[in-house]
Amino acid sequence: MLFPAVLFIGALVGVPFLLAIVYSLCDVKVASDEMRFVGFRNFADALTSPAFQTALRNSFVFTLVSQALVLAGATTLALALKEAFRTRGLIRFLILLPWVAPISLGSIGWKWLLDSIYSVFNWFLVRLHVVDSPPMWLGEPALAMASVVLVHTWRMLPFATVVLLAGLTSIPRDIPEAAAVDGAGFWRTHFQITLPMIRPIVTVAVLFGVIFTFTDMTVVYILTRGGPYDTTQVLPSLAFLTGILGGDLAAGAAISLFLFPLLLVVAWVMLRMARRSVVT
Amino acid sequence: MSRGGRSRFLRAAHLVVVAAFALFLSFPFYWMLVTSFKRTSDLYDLDHNPLLFNVAPTLDHWKLLFSETLYGRWLANTALVGALVVVITLLLAVPAAYSLARLTGKWGERAGIGMFLMYLVPPTLLFIPLSRVVVTLGLQDSIWALVVVYPTFTVPFSTWLLMGFFRSIPRDLEDAAMVDGLSRFGAFAKLVVPISYSGILTVAIFSFTLVLQEFVYALTFISSASQQTVSVAVPIFLVRGDVYYWGSLMAACLLASVPVAIVYNLFLDRFIAGFTVGAVK
Repeated sequence: MLFPAVLFIGALVGVPFLLAIVYSLCDVKVASDEMRFVGFRNFADALTSPAFQTALRNSFVFTLVSQALVLAGATTLALALKEAFRTRGLIRFLILLPWVAPISLGSIGWKWLLDSIYSVFNWFLVRLHVVDSPPMWLGEPALAMASVVLVHTWRMLPFATVVLLAGLTSIPRDIPEAAAVDGAGFWRTHFQITLPMIRPIVTVAVLFGVIFTFTDMTVVYILTRGGPYDTTQVLPSLAFLTGILGGDLAAGAAISLFLFPLLLVVAWVMLRMARRSVVT
Repeated sequence: MSRGGRSRFLRAAHLVVVAAFALFLSFPFYWMLVTSFKRTSDLYDLDHNPLLFNVAPTLDHWKLLFSETLYGRWLANTALVGALVVVITLLLAVPAAYSLARLTGKWGERAGIGMFLMYLVPPTLLFIPLSRVVVTLGLQDSIWALVVVYPTFTVPFSTWLLMGFFRSIPRDLEDAAMVDGLSRFGAFAKLVVPISYSGILTVAIFSFTLVLQEFVYALTFISSASQQTVSVAVPIFLVRGDVYYWGSLMAACLLASVPVAIVYNLFLDRFIAGFTVGAVK
C-alpha cells in the first residue's frame, strides 16, 4: 500500500531532482532540444558572476537575520502566551494570520504598507517630524533589504511561536513552580530551566524556519523583484529569473542546486534528532 | 520591589508584549480591510488619517473585483485544484501512512522520516526541471499541471501526520477484526479509516491550505490569467502595468486569506503535533 505514494514521489520529486543535476551539467535552453555536456561550467559561471555572489550573500543575510529575529520574538511571545487569559483564542487567531494567509497576498499587503507615497509608516513619521523626507522603503538598497527581512520575519514568527508554545506547554507545571519556590526569579526560571528544557523543540523550529526562508522567493519577488538594481536578489529568485524568465534552464538549475547543501545539513540534523528520540 | 508590585509589573509587561506582537502581526490585515472599503478620494489624500474612514465607506472596490476582473474565476480555479489535490493526496497518503505505521523496526522509522524529508524539498529546487516535465506531459498553461505537481508536497506531509495518527490506534482492534474474517485490507478499509475520520479531515484541510499558499509552481507553469490560482493571479494580473488598484487588491488579498485562517485555527494543534513529533514527549 506504500507503493503508489513512493512511485508518485519518485516520479515527480526524484526524477526532477536528477534532471536538475543533468541540466546543470549540460547546456540546455528553453528554445532548443539540444543538450551538450559541459561539465561544471554552469557552476563555475555562477560562482564568478557578481549577480550570483550578491544573491548568495543576500540569501545568508536574509535567512540569518530574519531567523534570529524570529527566534527572539517567538521566545518572548510564546512565554507571554503560555499564561492563560481570557482573549487567548482571539489573540491566537490574530497572531496566526501571517502564517496561514498565502504569503504572496501578505506581501502585497506589505507592498501597499511600504508604498513610496502613501505608506502608512511614512504618514506617521512625517506627522511626528521623525523624518523630513519620507523614506523610499523599497527603493533604496539597504531599506529594501531590511523590508524584505522584516516581511519574512512577520511571516515566520507565528509558526515558530506556536511550535515553541507546544514545547512550553509540554513541560510539567511543577518544575518551574518548584524553581520559583526555591527562590529562582523570572529570568532565572526562564533562561536556566524552561528554555533549556525545550531546546529540542527550539531546534525543530529553527531548522524549519531556515529551510522555509532560505528557499523562499515569494517575498523578494513580490516586494522588490530583486531590485533596486538586483541588490535584494536571493538565490531562488535569481534561479527563477535566469532559468524561467531568461530561458537558460541549465544556469537556473545550477543556481537552484546551491540550495541543496543546506537541505542536506538540515536533513542530517533532523535524522540524528529523530534517532536520539527513538533511543531514549 | 514588593511582591505585589512585582507581580503587577509582570502582568502589565505580559499584556504589553502580547498586544505589541498581536498588533505587528495582524496590522497588515486591518490595513487591507480599511483600504478595501475606502473611497478612492479618501485613500489617496495625504491630509487624511490613513487608519480611519474620513469619508463614508464604499463597496466600489469589491464590486470592481467581482465584475471587472477574473477574481471569481481565480477563486474557482483554486477551489478546483485544491479539491482534486486533496482527493489525490488522500488516495496516496492514507494507505502509505497506514503501512508505515504498521511497519515496525528500524526501517519503518527510517521510511517514515524519509517521507517527511521529502516535504522539505523546496519548489525552488525542482521548478526548472518540472517546467520541462510539465511541457512533456502537455500540461503547460493549464491548472492540471498544478493538480499533478502539488501532491509532491501534500503527500509527504499528510503521510507523516497520518502515520502518527494510525500509530495511536491499537493493533488489537485490527487483529480482532481479522480473526472475525476480514482481510488486512478489509480491516483497514472498514475499521481503521472510519475511526480515523478526524485525522483525515485534518490532512484534507492542511493540504488545501498548502495549495492555496503555493506560489512558485503556479507562477512557473501557468501564464494565462484564466488558468491561474488566486495567490499568483492577484499579485501578477490584478496589477495593470504600473497602476495599482489598491482598494481592489486589498479586498482580493483579504478574502483569500481570512476564511481559511479561521478553519485552520480550529485544527492547529494537530498540525503542530505533526511538526514536533520526536521533539516533545
